[in-house]
Amino acid sequence: MKQDYRLAKGGRIDRARPLSVTFNGRRLFGFAGDTLASLLLANGQHLVGRSFKYHRPRGVLSHGSDEPNALLAVDRGPGRIDPNNRASMVEARDGLVARSQNHWPSLDFDVGAVNDALAPLFPAGFYYKTFMWPRAFWDRLYEPAIRAAAGLGEAPSSPDPDRYAHRHAHCDVLIVGGGPAGLAAALAASATDKSVILADEGAELGGALLHESSATIDGAPAAQWLAETVKTLIGRANLTLLPRTTAFGYYNHNHVALIERLADHLAAPPPDLARERLWQVRAREVVLATGAHERPLIFADNDRPGIMLAESVRAFINRYAVAPGRRIVFATSGASAYSAAADAKAAGVDVALVDIRREEACRADAAALRAMGCEVLTGHTIIGSTGRKRVSGLIVAPIDGQAKVGARRTLDCDCVGLSGGWTPAVHLFSQSRGALRFEPAIDGFVPDRAAQAVRSAGASGGTYPLSACLTEGFAAGAAAAGAPAARSFAASATRVGFQPARALPTSRDAKRVKAFVDFQNDVTAKDVKLAVNEGFESIEHVKRYTTTGMATDQGKTSNMNALALAADALGKPIPQVGTTTFRPPYTPVSFAAIVGPSRGSLFDPVRKTPIYDWAAERGAKFENVSLWRRAWYFPKPGEDMHAAVARECKAARGAVGLFDGSTLGKIEVVGPDAAEFMNRMYINSWTKLEPGRCRYGVMLKEDGYILDDGVVARLAPDRFHVTTTTGGAARVLNHMEDYLQTEWPHLDVFLTSITEQWAVIAVQGPKARETIAPLVAGVDLSNEAFPHMSVRACRILGAPCRLFRVSFTGEVGYEINVPSDFGRAVWEAVYERGQAFGITPYGTEAMHVLRAERGFIIVGQETDGTMTPDDVGLAGMIAKAKPDFVGKRSLARPDLVAPGRKQLVGLLTEDPNLVLDEGAQIVENPAMPIPMRMIGHVTSSYWSANCGRSIALAMIADGRNLMGRTLHATVAAGFASVKVSAPVFVDPKGERVHG
Amino acid sequence: MAELAGSASAARRQPALAAPPVLWAGVAIQVLPDEARFSLRLPKAAAATAAEVAGFSLAVPVNRYAKNDQRWSARLGPNEWLLGGPEGDGGAIAAEIEAALAGQIHGVTDISHRQVAFDVAGAEAANILNAGCPLDLSLVGFPGGSATRSILGKAEIVLMRPASAPVFRVECWRSFAEYVHAFLAEAARDCPARE
Repeated sequence: MKQDYRLAKGGRIDRARPLSVTFNGRRLFGFAGDTLASLLLANGQHLVGRSFKYHRPRGVLSHGSDEPNALLAVDRGPGRIDPNNRASMVEARDGLVARSQNHWPSLDFDVGAVNDALAPLFPAGFYYKTFMWPRAFWDRLYEPAIRAAAGLGEAPSSPDPDRYAHRHAHCDVLIVGGGPAGLAAALAASATDKSVILADEGAELGGALLHESSATIDGAPAAQWLAETVKTLIGRANLTLLPRTTAFGYYNHNHVALIERLADHLAAPPPDLARERLWQVRAREVVLATGAHERPLIFADNDRPGIMLAESVRAFINRYAVAPGRRIVFATSGASAYSAAADAKAAGVDVALVDIRREEACRADAAALRAMGCEVLTGHTIIGSTGRKRVSGLIVAPIDGQAKVGARRTLDCDCVGLSGGWTPAVHLFSQSRGALRFEPAIDGFVPDRAAQAVRSAGASGGTYPLSACLTEGFAAGAAAAGAPAARSFAASATRVGFQPARALPTSRDAKRVKAFVDFQNDVTAKDVKLAVNEGFESIEHVKRYTTTGMATDQGKTSNMNALALAADALGKPIPQVGTTTFRPPYTPVSFAAIVGPSRGSLFDPVRKTPIYDWAAERGAKFENVSLWRRAWYFPKPGEDMHAAVARECKAARGAVGLFDGSTLGKIEVVGPDAAEFMNRMYINSWTKLEPGRCRYGVMLKEDGYILDDGVVARLAPDRFHVTTTTGGAARVLNHMEDYLQTEWPHLDVFLTSITEQWAVIAVQGPKARETIAPLVAGVDLSNEAFPHMSVRACRILGAPCRLFRVSFTGEVGYEINVPSDFGRAVWEAVYERGQAFGITPYGTEAMHVLRAERGFIIVGQETDGTMTPDDVGLAGMIAKAKPDFVGKRSLARPDLVAPGRKQLVGLLTEDPNLVLDEGAQIVENPAMPIPMRMIGHVTSSYWSANCGRSIALAMIADGRNLMGRTLHATVAAGFASVKVSAPVFVDPKGERVHG
Repeated sequence: MAELAGSASAARRQPALAAPPVLWAGVAIQVLPDEARFSLRLPKAAAATAAEVAGFSLAVPVNRYAKNDQRWSARLGPNEWLLGGPEGDGGAIAAEIEAALAGQIHGVTDISHRQVAFDVAGAEAANILNAGCPLDLSLVGFPGGSATRSILGKAEIVLMRPASAPVFRVECWRSFAEYVHAFLAEAARDCPARE
């Protein structure tokens, strides 16, 4: 239970609720209200990880979401190991298991630390320079080795068992950040009748007020003001408060993405609770109150465990009642660290402070701290630090007026608080495409011109005094709610202002020390200078060459320092160098939260026909066709696919087959101009097609290539029942609507998708008529009354039916269209009736074989988006008398009429048992030198049980002139001889279809 | 068997989706019984002056829902209405519309079997729908009497809110019904369990 560094009193932790967590196998104790970072520090555990490149020992740098070092794997049980959690953002809870990363064999002894000694070998651009030659090493050696070394943390290896929710929301005002500015904005905005959402990344609202022990607001201690304000806000029904919620992406039209963490902080989350919820908020107005990030100071070995940000020291003491050290030295170039030092001293810690600034710049603050009994050194620089796994001293030296570094002195300490000033968190404003402006007074970029309805308030806008943050926040909230109002807040004075510090002056050789700028990516000051020396002038190039700011923390603590260093090296002012672009996400977002519910059965809709269950109950194998799941074949016990398909094909030609065609796209085209519309959409003519008759239609794109095909029935003079391919249904309807709405809005014709209104039961084969005859009423099935390519409205088993006499097999065939709810009952009745004839259900594979035997094309198989009607032998269908149709003019393009285009032919292999690969290339002479000329490719290839041999369709250059020629198709082992034939293998005259 | 062929009761209807109600504190999701549904289209000029046809109110603004007795209409576009009524009235509805619009340009298509409908009701209903529907479903953004095409996750839907009570009607194509139902049921887990 002992927590060596826990203060006896104070903090917002709940001492009545003790808890324990396991870190690297060791049990550590803390209290509810702790973060993993504060708990580790309370237990004296400063060393929490190894750095990315040099494997240097690292500790907690920050108390907030900008933490670059303390990245831990959190283990919540099987499948729930989550790498790279910032210790400062993980709420401690009883039983939590965490581990440090990036070391082997252990955190304390890490072999990878040899990289630190070899650092001279790893300058900026090391990879580009080193892994150039020899070329042969790229794939086998360099890439695998670099990959093995890259990355931080271990990716989970099993599926994530947790739930992740999504939610869209709309509001009048979205406030990002629940610190003083954000709370004041919420007070103002929620006092109106507008809907307001306040999102804050912390577990508790309050931001910096949560560790404010001395400030007062309107006469009350800040903590009391905070408690009363939060109580007021909770009572506002028009305000949604979202703690533990990070706004991470700002997109167009004030579309802001938030990630809400719902479950990780609970010891026993309810089973249905989502772990995280991704919010997509569309806000009329956005108020950004995202605060500012403190900058570390840049000096040699500024990364030892125990060295952290000054304000974070203050937060650990005041909010978590943890003294991160027994003797803390603050090193600062600004005023805010004096507050931290004073709070540390008040908490009973031994404190000293080193200020880069000269005495006259900080006289009052220095005097106040000295009066508390602390040593304060002004006009000093930091030369370096001592210690290894924990800082043991800070080496300082005076600098005189000529910037000359004096005698060194080491201040013993076990913790250092750094403050190099502050950087407004303008990330979201920049993501919203707002322009930034460099403000010399605060040495940072601040929001300038907004591109969307967004305002910044408080520190994120460059305003640091507490009273101004509150006043600004209130005004921003009121204005965003459309009810401009002002309110002034009386708050105690805030220590603000700092002297911009770059790499601190040193008497050591700056080329031989590591002064870290980007802690997470191990980028040092000399790396930035080297990049500039090597000719990288754009800050975007410097960033990529050195990788500064490219880690998961996106350079929150480092960007300003890095670009200021680059500006110095370039000899240009900062505004001329500019800043890199801020991109989402603000902080890392789990992939699972982005995926949300779209997993497993909800990954995509799985579309099933009314007959699906019947097929599944009979053991059918299914295949995916767009989103549909179609019966592929129906194996009998002991049958493989080959045997099942062969049996199904023989049955359809020998007796009768039964096929589920429900997925065919169907469009009802209705209106007085329906025939005219059809004439314009298809290559065929529809004017003379009589009601009750069907026609096979082909549709082109504007470029003259085949888009889709299908049988079209004319039900009435003003009504067509159009069928499309399964996969083309939506595409064809969109294509038609596009023309109707944009080109021909004057045509009176209406399009309705009826794909799912009708189940389609295809009955095909010599016994088809006898099979359905007893079931239908109101139709004469005789050949004379109901010939091939006809349609009749009738009834089947009492259900309304559109009965088509059509065939995609070349046999006598009917396609029974019944309203979908009747599909299964009618299917079962047909199946039962067909038993007498050996009716055989067949799947899509047999369907493909049967149509190929007759040479019918499938759009998307024989065609690939570059085939004209003539290419596939359908030129005869083009109605030449029509003045126009979509694609007509393109058919006259020189390249489409030139000789030598690929044409549809059949191929018969010399070895009748050889089934070619679909996609196999065709050559004239396999003895040609490589690269040999490829004159075509196989588009369809099957074993045909009806032919007793293999058959194939192919697209071959000038193929119709090559009938009878022997060509060669690629096979796995070389080439196979094939003979070009007409693309029809059964019933060449097409007589069987007429019965 | 020939007699069977024409009789009204020979073929049994099998609904696209049979799923028990999903009940959580704050939301109940139920598959609605079969209804007749038609897509009615009129030329723009006629649509502008359309009034009531066969008991369906057409003279409502785009994206509005209206119900007279058992028959309801949802205007989905300037010249498009989704019409609904009792399952047994399908034939009568079609005949009445044809009679009322005889001589006028129009298009009526039966889509009764294409559509599946769900009720999503309860205080949390809007939040549950907002798991996959990006619209503002508050009473301000989607007041009683609203109707629109939208999406739910990866499925297209028609969403209606007949009155200001938090009872939404979701319609989708039948093969998407399993997905839509499962999506809503998954989203409903955001609610506490029902006592």
